Amino acid sequence: MNAALATSSQRVVVEDPMVPRSFVVTRTRQDTRDTATLWLTAMDGAPLAFEPGQFTMLQAYGVGEVPVSISGDPADDGVLQHTIRDVGSVSHALATAETGARLGVRGPFGVGWDVGTARGRDVVIVAGGIGLAPLRPAVLEICANRAAYGEVTLLYGARTPAERLFTDELPRWAAEHGVAVHVTVDRSDDSWRGPVGLVTGLVDRVVFRPELATVLVCGPEVMMRHTAAAFLDRGVAPADVRVSMERNMKCGIGLCGHCQLRELFICQDGPVLGYGLVASLLTQAEL
Amino acid sequence: MVANPVVDPAAGVAPGDDRTVDLTGLQTLIDVLAGRGYAVLGPVVKDGSIDYGPVRKVSDLPVGWGDEQAPGSYRLRRRDDDMIFGYANGAQSVKPVFFPASEVIWRGLRDAEGAVVPRREQHDEGPYAVVGVRSCDLHALGIHDTVLLGRRFADASYAVRRADAFVVAVSCSDPAGTCFCVSMGTGPRPTAGRGAPFDLAMTELLDATGHRFLLEAASERGVEVLREVGGRIADERDRSDAASVTESAVGRMGRWLDTEGLKDLLYASADSPMWDEVADRCLSCQNCTMVCPTCFCTDVEDVSDLAGDSMQRERVWDSCFDSQHSYLHGGSVRRTTKARYRQWMTHKLGSWIDQFGTSGCVGCGRCIAWCPAGIDITEQAAVLREES
Ligand SMILES: Cc1cc2nc3c(=O)[nH]c(=O)nc-3n(C[C@H](O)[C@H](O)[C@H](O)COP(=O)(O)OP(=O)(O)OC[C@H]3O[C@@H](n4cnc5c(N)ncnc54)[C@H](O)[C@@H]3O)c2cc1C
Ligand code: SF4
Ligand code: SF4
Ligand code: FES
Repeated sequence: MNAALATSSQRVVVEDPMVPRSFVVTRTRQDTRDTATLWLTAMDGAPLAFEPGQFTMLQAYGVGEVPVSISGDPADDGVLQHTIRDVGSVSHALATAETGARLGVRGPFGVGWDVGTARGRDVVIVAGGIGLAPLRPAVLEICANRAAYGEVTLLYGARTPAERLFTDELPRWAAEHGVAVHVTVDRSDDSWRGPVGLVTGLVDRVVFRPELATVLVCGPEVMMRHTAAAFLDRGVAPADVRVSMERNMKCGIGLCGHCQLRELFICQDGPVLGYGLVASLLTQAEL
Repeated sequence: MVANPVVDPAAGVAPGDDRTVDLTGLQTLIDVLAGRGYAVLGPVVKDGSIDYGPVRKVSDLPVGWGDEQAPGSYRLRRRDDDMIFGYANGAQSVKPVFFPASEVIWRGLRDAEGAVVPRREQHDEGPYAVVGVRSCDLHALGIHDTVLLGRRFADASYAVRRADAFVVAVSCSDPAGTCFCVSMGTGPRPTAGRGAPFDLAMTELLDATGHRFLLEAASERGVEVLREVGGRIADERDRSDAASVTESAVGRMGRWLDTEGLKDLLYASADSPMWDEVADRCLSCQNCTMVCPTCFCTDVEDVSDLAGDSMQRERVWDSCFDSQHSYLHGGSVRRTTKARYRQWMTHKLGSWIDQFGTSGCVGCGRCIAWCPAGIDITEQAAVLREES
């Protein structure tokens, strides 16, 4: 055998994006009944820089791996923060991970909110439920450069008052950074003095210049459709409404095929996409 | 990031390098490739179909076998001659050679603290020399090179297996009733610069004067190999005989797919009644995606040993016909067979073009032959066209 003739240096793999890096949980916080935030640092010490709206493939070893948006501060690449709602086996293992636990991390992947392109414009951020987690880095980036933006508004809908996320931060964003914060709940209780109803019901309250507004939306798909429609009605161009899409994802890097929405690979072309690009795809059932 | 190791090697090749050999020369070709360090694979008869397997002798090849294919049926038949490449194709293209149905991505061992430490699984099989790749499958291989190596992220194991692979393409002489490569522009003759690069193009010639194999070099490696193989310099008669083989194959295509404006037609037909009609017959069995040489969907599976001391993560072929493929908490996006068939056909013939610049179908006909319900992609496309 003369293998030297047939082989070249091309056979050496340098890096494989399917193999996770191990991170250790350094702190946890139970946000609500079913949602927790994790602080993670890389075992190899290398930073993980990310854009607001990007996600990682987060892995509970032996249980499974799911896409989770980064909920931390983009200015701090030494800490990786995720806010996870416990809905099934993998998210349960992640949301209940304890300090000292190790998790596998691949990424960050995907196209984020691209907040920088909204400089000089009014920004309306609309979140439903856990959808506030992927938007938090966008809010933090805007607050850090607040003077560069016009009117900034956050509309947030939670199911109940107890299920609101980041409750200590919302008043700070309002008081310290001039963000107009409006929160509504689907179902009220004795403690609640604010509005009740869908988040789309808050759209009329927002002050913005339609031709100069960028709208960032994250929540259940029906909520995003109705929210987008409400802003289009108020004169915002479809391309200026950005939504963060959810599809089944097994790789995060455009290879497994699971996240396809017709010609789009949501993991690579998104998850954040201009509404103009997806509107017709979302109104077609089961695409 | 993994570099794309598949380079187009066609430079520096002249027609004077082409050779014609007899059966002994075909054996020499196999020996020369093995001698150069390649694991030599070729068509072999296995489980009532033609598959790729290790080949050491000419007699390992499907000598005297042909096939008959129709919607919902595939059958090997004895030919009345000794043609070796006288079949159309088998259940699988070369896809599983470079992109196995299941493979370990990484293994994790527990360290002293009991934590899993993932380590990439090295895949150093090959390098392979694959003899007898059909033109349609060569195009499918080129599509996989684009999908798995040609974008932002590459499939690292595919890159290793694909690196240095030596490809002997073969012209088709006897297409099946399910073939439609001519309408897809993918065959029946391997053409340099179209589809994945190859090293040699072979045409089998069997007539009263004997058994010949025209070997045309398409890469410098191919020229080197031919020099070692020997045989006589190919002449005009060899070339014109080879041309008539593929010309006659062109005339015997079993099917035709009209691709004109097909993507737009599919995009506009999401609500067509055709999907309901085909869903009544479709079993969602996934056969079409499992035999398709271009399908690339995969899932991941974790396997742990009983004690939990080690685990491995495997990547396995998946299909958009599986109910879990589009699962999101609370239910699947594509709940119905109708939606899944629409995804499959729209991806193959439509959205693939937006994603990768080519059709996702190379006209090999496998999905037609291996469909237990005999559903025919060319016919379904024709129905959409009639409706429009
Ligand atoms: C880009 C992106 C960002 C996300 N960010 C967050 C986040 O910040 N916080 C958070 O709590 N959740 C987030 N999700 C949703 C999260 O991925 C799902 O809740 C999770 O996959 C559920 O897995 P499970 O095994 O616990 O549930 P099960 O219902 O048992 O799901 C089984 C499997 O289906 C798939 N799956 C189920 N639901 C989803 C889903 N919604 N999206 C994608 N795959 C799914 C997964 O492969 C999962 O393992 C995000 C999803 C995407 C696509
Ligand atoms: S869709 Fe059918 S005919 Fe086309 S490449 Fe796939 S298996 Fe072959
Ligand atoms: S989505 Fe379906 S048709 Fe497309 S590559 Fe995956 S399995 Fe094949
Ligand atoms: S998640 Fe695998 S292709 Fe998008």
